[in-house]
Amino acid sequence: MTEKKVTIYSTPTCPFCKRAKTYLSGKGISYTDNNVAQDKDKAKEMVRLSGQMGVPVIIIDDEIIVGFNQTLLDKLLAV
Amino acid sequence: MYELIIIGGGPAGLAAGIYAARKQLKTLLISSDIGGQVNWTLGVENYLGYQFIEGAELIDKFSAQASQYPIEQKIGEKITKLDKVEGIFEAETESGEKYLAQTIILATGKKPRKLNIPGEDKYIGKGVTYCSICDGPVFSGQRVAVIGGGNSAIEAALDMVKIAEHVDLVSLTPLTGDVILANKLSDASNLNIFTECQTEKIEGHDFVQGLIIKDLKSGTGKRLEVSGILIEIGLIPNSEQVKNLVKLNKMGEVPINCSCETEIPGLYAAGDVTNAPEKQIVIAAGEGAKAALQAQRYLQRLS
Repeated sequence: MTEKKVTIYSTPTCPFCKRAKTYLSGKGISYTDNNVAQDKDKAKEMVRLSGQMGVPVIIIDDEIIVGFNQTLLDKLLAV
Repeated sequence: MYELIIIGGGPAGLAAGIYAARKQLKTLLISSDIGGQVNWTLGVENYLGYQFIEGAELIDKFSAQASQYPIEQKIGEKITKLDKVEGIFEAETESGEKYLAQTIILATGKKPRKLNIPGEDKYIGKGVTYCSICDGPVFSGQRVAVIGGGNSAIEAALDMVKIAEHVDLVSLTPLTGDVILANKLSDASNLNIFTECQTEKIEGHDFVQGLIIKDLKSGTGKRLEVSGILIEIGLIPNSEQVKNLVKLNKMGEVPINCSCETEIPGLYAAGDVTNAPEKQIVIAAGEGAKAALQAQRYLQRLS
């Protein structure tokens, strides 16, 4: 089983982002967190990849999820 | 067939779920999300038991507590239609699936009010946001407009002046928020306030580039050069699915009595979707508990 690469783009004040991160951590999944409030380049990258400006954006391998969608997360994380 | 279907997964719905489970009702909880409006709340300082807790953490605790009990949960599903046929409630999801129950608790809360102007839907997520605390920081260094005149709008404007290049606060009325908050606005040098101005149109290409407003006093129009539009003009009840079943009040809320009963026997409602005064987490939770206990009494009378 190969581990999936998980990246999250978030802001520190966004409750949905916190819930998403807590959810991932709770499942023992490690992820890279990009704080787009601080990192302008990462903010641009998020907009380019997702085509929109809302957080959180979660990328699992090549799949992009906008928002905290637990059902979709479970589906994409399932091996 | 369920004894009870709870529609909504915010504080009212989850509290109802816990009480229903403890009364051993065969219960289904259906909701588009868990946490409802608490998801839009940074910190909570007035929920009993916590001097301070983050909104996200409170939801996780609610959810963990509810999940200890054997209630079926369908999260990510939206009920679009509710009917009562020969004494049985039929709840239909967006995807057309039907669930049957003897009683219903409607705990669907409220959602952000929209401007209903051209360009708004097209640019949701592309500059238009209804969650300032979530998406506001994404606009750091940019020019933004905050729409609204109440506390939420003023707070959003006060947050944004710290990080945005420039902020326009646009309100249809004179500012209605607390004076103590509104006074803080005068400290900001990168803020223009447009009161008694109507929003007319959102313009852009792939993303928002401007907002057309009209000054209601002079009748003149103006284009604000902004890449972000943060809409904070209040909330409306999620009551569409029962509007053919019960007569909503002028605000679109579901009228209930002090036992959370609607005009339809077996249909209960709780929390922010109802006409119960004051929209608070602790109140919604209490109303949800009450609705579940009342539904249980109703079921006892049926049997």
